[in-house]
Amino acid sequence: MKKTIISVIGKDKVGIIAKVCVYLADNNINILDIAQTIVNGYFNMMMVVDANGSSKHHETIADDLQAIGEELGVQIKAQQEDIFNMMHRL
Amino acid sequence: MININEVIETNEMIKNMNLDVRTITMGISLLDCIGGTLEETCTRIYDKITSSAKDLVATGEDISKKYGIPIVNKRISVTPIALVGGSVCKTSDDFVEIAKALDRAAKTCGVNFIGGYSALVCKGMTKADELLIRSIPKALTETDMVCSSVNTGSTKTGINMDAVKLIGEIIKETAELTKENDSIGCAKFVVFCNAPDDNPFMAGAFHGVTEADKIINVGVSGPGVVKAAIEQVRGENFEVLCETIKKTAFKITRVGQLVAKEASERLGIPFGIIDLSLAPTPAVGDSVGEILEEIGLEYSGAPGTTAALAMLNDQVKKGGVMASSYVGGLSGAFIPVSEDQRMIDAVTAGALSLEKLEAMTCVCSVGLDMIAIPGDTKATTISGIIADEMALGMVNQKTTAVRIIPVIGKKVGDQATFGGLLGYAPIMPVNSFSCDAFINRGGRIPAPIHSFKN
Repeated sequence: MKKTIISVIGKDKVGIIAKVCVYLADNNINILDIAQTIVNGYFNMMMVVDANGSSKHHETIADDLQAIGEELGVQIKAQQEDIFNMMHRL
Repeated sequence: MININEVIETNEMIKNMNLDVRTITMGISLLDCIGGTLEETCTRIYDKITSSAKDLVATGEDISKKYGIPIVNKRISVTPIALVGGSVCKTSDDFVEIAKALDRAAKTCGVNFIGGYSALVCKGMTKADELLIRSIPKALTETDMVCSSVNTGSTKTGINMDAVKLIGEIIKETAELTKENDSIGCAKFVVFCNAPDDNPFMAGAFHGVTEADKIINVGVSGPGVVKAAIEQVRGENFEVLCETIKKTAFKITRVGQLVAKEASERLGIPFGIIDLSLAPTPAVGDSVGEILEEIGLEYSGAPGTTAALAMLNDQVKKGGVMASSYVGGLSGAFIPVSEDQRMIDAVTAGALSLEKLEAMTCVCSVGLDMIAIPGDTKATTISGIIADEMALGMVNQKTTAVRIIPVIGKKVGDQATFGGLLGYAPIMPVNSFSCDAFINRGGRIPAPIHSFKN
């Protein structure tokens, strides 16, 4: 099962996680893990999700989340996990 | 499980340090496109390229979105055209028709360059090779996407000085024909010694005759990432510095490997090689010159530059080879002047000369790259500069190249502007003493002895 990593970077505000989660629920995307931290004053969140049950393709999900990010004034990316595994694991 | 710090690190590299995959280049053999007439050959070439590479750009964009990593260029390289057009091209203008067919095919596929308008003449020139070389000025002027290269020497064969002489004249002619745009035609032409068959980078990419019918080669980059990594070890000794560069090169190359494998699977074309090159762009923070400065030089060109570059180049390779199953192409640090803001600054400050650049090319890929010189430089002088660079490659068993631009109407102190990834360059002074008699001798420089190494 390939997982997708959703990352959010930006200024913290009320409702970021809520809005992302509503989108994920509406599209049958299951959240496996959530972590968040503050780096240099910026809110960083990572979600590991399983999008295999969604009817939408990865490209569409990535575009939708990017648009949600623009509405909230943060940057949201959806990337397949392989890029992180390749870069950080032997 | 992936942790948040790894995600942040990767995305920082992409967002703030210009990490990208520089090019996915599809190599296509055109040997089966030779027809009975020129027209038939052009049609077959167009058809084979457009059917083979029709999904290349879309696939690159899909992969880019899937992993959130920019893939800057999608390109095509083809069999050296002198081999393909030999039987149907009776004049230089006939070869130009093939260049136009390549240009049309590149435009249809949506790629940003097509390479392989080339001849391999390291020992001798066939009639077709000579016709193709003579057609280069017109071909590069009348097309937009076509890139050209000529291999004029190798460690095994020596240097074809007849070709080197001819190319000096061809570069001048190309400069003259494109003088309205700062002689930009010359930016699409490279002369090589020991040219690799699988180089994905332009302008020197061609699909060698030793290659399969089609192949996917990927060029990775990331000078900004290396620069950011070594900022963290400022003042540390060389052991720490080298370890840092190696680890960073590993990470960069792994991304290239991922993209290459995926592109190969999606397009149903075998994966060839990853080219581990630090390829700068004019963007701030995407510069090899900046890395050299971070290593400890006031400017590139200061004493110590050659040693620093040798070390950098070696560590990039050491980190990179472990990250990919197949490494090839040029693989090393590129030091183009016009495409690297800090190299431009070094030239402007008077720190970096043509002679120092020549020394630097002994220890890195590839050679004298994107260097603007006065438009009134003699053809024989250009041939002399090329011969010097070819000799370095021949004797040191490495690839060397020259991409030099005599900017017509401009002199030392002026500036040439090429635009986009090609950047801009201050016109550099050239040693004006004559080498006419040397270049006019004609013939070949024999291959060097492969023993008694000193």
